[in-house]
Amino acid sequence: MVVPMDWVWGLVGGLMIGAAAGVYLLVNGRILGASGIIGGLADGTAGPTGREKLAFLLGLVAVPPLLVPLYASVSTNVTASPVVLILAGLLVGVGTRLANGCTSGHGVCGISRFAPRGIVSTLIYLAAGAVTMAVARHVLGVI
Amino acid sequence: MMRNLSALFAGALFGCGLLVSGMIDTAKVQGWLDIFGAWDPTLAFVLGGAVLPMIFVWRVAERRGMSILGTPIPDRVPVRFDPALITGSVMFGAGWALAGFCPGPALASFAYGGWGGALFLLAMVAGMVIAPALSARLTKA
Repeated sequence: MVVPMDWVWGLVGGLMIGAAAGVYLLVNGRILGASGIIGGLADGTAGPTGREKLAFLLGLVAVPPLLVPLYASVSTNVTASPVVLILAGLLVGVGTRLANGCTSGHGVCGISRFAPRGIVSTLIYLAAGAVTMAVARHVLGVI
Repeated sequence: MMRNLSALFAGALFGCGLLVSGMIDTAKVQGWLDIFGAWDPTLAFVLGGAVLPMIFVWRVAERRGMSILGTPIPDRVPVRFDPALITGSVMFGAGWALAGFCPGPALASFAYGGWGGALFLLAMVAGMVIAPALSARLTKA
């Protein structure tokens, strides 16, 4: 049986994400949560952690494009519907701040700590995502 | 200085991991959630790959109690499944499916997502800023 390369690269990229979360925790003593890092900067609640959050974002935005030439093409397949983008963005922004975490904070960091809130949040957003996908794509046909 | 350099490195590694794993491709993320369509299991490998080293890291971190640069390792938060956690997770999941973006890749898309990624990012940040006011209403109701 041939293992699809996408799965192998998924695992490799996943290990890199885990290593990044490991560095941020072991060296900086912080939980790598993308929504907390962005949200803390956006609403001014970051306080003294603002500088390292900003440094994290700088690395996240500026460094990966250097790898892009290694790829034949990098596609993000972003929807062209402004209505969907704005609605989805608002839901993700409000939702991750209410839940106090997203795929990185609750997902990667919470599950690996066996944190009940992280595990429950992950199960809920996965289920909500699957239901939304089923309805929006297969019933309504809007995405 | 060391703290900022380490954060820069972690952000860079996180972003490269998102690119390498394919998670900046909204179609792959949506494919993972599309269990009644052309299901794409890649995200399970990404999550698994990220969780595995972190299980080990948490053991070390909690034993040390202190980070290398002298910051206390965050305490466990009390286990409470409050309405904000549940409502927030539902909203996040719905938005994640609609556009195929969660906060990390949305930010990463700033580099290669074009206007669509930027529009999502703008709406997401707006949502993050108005969230506390909504949350206050939610708990009052």
